[in-house]
Amino acid sequence: MSDNVLTGLAEIVEEVAGVAADDVTAEKSFVDDLDIDSLSMVEIAVQAEDKFGVKIPDDELANLKTVGDAVNYITSNK
Amino acid sequence: MSSEVDVVITGLGATTPLGGDVTSTWDALLAGKSGVGRMTHEWVEKYDLPVKIASQLVVDPTEVLPRVEARRLDRSEQVAIVASRQAWADAGHGDDTVDRQRLAVIIGTGIGGAITLLTQDDLLEQHGLRKVSPLTVPMLMPNGPAAHVGLELKAQAGVHAPVSACASGAEAIAWAYRMIKSGEADVVVAGGAEACITAIPVAGFSQARTMSTRNDEPEKASRPFDTGRDGFVLGEGAGVMVLERREFAEARGARVYGRLAGIGTSADGYHITAPDPEGVGQSRAIAAALRSGGIDPSDVGHVNCHATSTPVGDVAETVAIRKAIGDHPVLTAPKGALGHLLGAAGAVEAIVTVLSIRDGIVPQTLNLENLDPAVTLDVVAGEPRKIKLDAAVNDSFGFGGHNVALAFTPA
Repeated sequence: MSDNVLTGLAEIVEEVAGVAADDVTAEKSFVDDLDIDSLSMVEIAVQAEDKFGVKIPDDELANLKTVGDAVNYITSNK
Repeated sequence: MSSEVDVVITGLGATTPLGGDVTSTWDALLAGKSGVGRMTHEWVEKYDLPVKIASQLVVDPTEVLPRVEARRLDRSEQVAIVASRQAWADAGHGDDTVDRQRLAVIIGTGIGGAITLLTQDDLLEQHGLRKVSPLTVPMLMPNGPAAHVGLELKAQAGVHAPVSACASGAEAIAWAYRMIKSGEADVVVAGGAEACITAIPVAGFSQARTMSTRNDEPEKASRPFDTGRDGFVLGEGAGVMVLERREFAEARGARVYGRLAGIGTSADGYHITAPDPEGVGQSRAIAAALRSGGIDPSDVGHVNCHATSTPVGDVAETVAIRKAIGDHPVLTAPKGALGHLLGAAGAVEAIVTVLSIRDGIVPQTLNLENLDPAVTLDVVAGEPRKIKLDAAVNDSFGFGGHNVALAFTPA
């Protein structure tokens, strides 16, 4: 798993949802552990697309349950 | 409706161009300070707007709210949250002081999330769909301030948002009275919120020729009842009060500021923006407030006026007061100092009225130097006036011909 992607994603989550970047770790669920709602997930996805140069279509976004899911998707689709 | 039910005020909260809370606002009002100043927004010069002044908040809500919370809220919602938290704490309420199914929130706004609407439209125009925030709709909807406060307090008796232009804040308080009287709620958090100092509202009001262009003397621009008045000054802020069924408040040992004895509402049916110069609709609202409160007109010592500093409106209101109450009440117009907070005005000024009764003092009408000869009533000018009040009325009127009068009496 890419540490750079994880770090970058954690910064976005902190900016959008106020979760401390240190708490944004691979095994965490966006909804259940980090208390991020569907509206914030859209914002996070848009910022991640810009930051990492990827496309995250809505049907893919729905599958990204954990931070690790997102890091893996971004890493393999960059 | 049970006539036994008494409605009392137990908590106050506000953030205004005179101060970040109720105490600082009240002190500044009595001290004769003005909230009006020059606008520094780039759009003022960009569009060469004829109005370059506004009455802007002393304490920016983003200084008070956590960053992430603030970014999810329109400015009108931010000020509603700030004022509501103050009022809730001031009332001594906490997590388990009231059954949430007996708690309602009613917060009105005149314009709603105009800043969000315009900001997001710019993003759509410049960057396309992807950059539009998924929070756009909950931020711009005019029920947003009420909804966010309702959610925070988990109010479940009802969450409502009257939209009646500059009468919205007062209408929220009138609605609260009705809910408590009818037995729908024991406690209601009610008020108004407005924050729309941005290009389109200023341009639109300017084109309607309703705003003061006294740009070189901002602090003197808002001057209700004065012969030199030339329009209102746009302001921003929020006012919120906690109202309760008296038995409920007494059972929990709450401090009581005063009593909302009666309310009256009416509509002019006259013109979309101009008030009826004969004040017929306005006087009907005032008379209804006295009637519902069982108050004899001779007992009304004071009227906290809506008077916005426009040439037509101020005089029409005094005609209505004379018709409904008589020529004895002592008047003041707090917009001289506050500017016009639109949908928040009625709520902030209701708070001022309650404090006038509590402290026995009526603030002066700032900038009233030469009383319009068409006004034949006693308007406080120069300095505050001490006067013991048995009953006082607060007027609020809005574009659309909405009229609301609130009648307050001592605790």
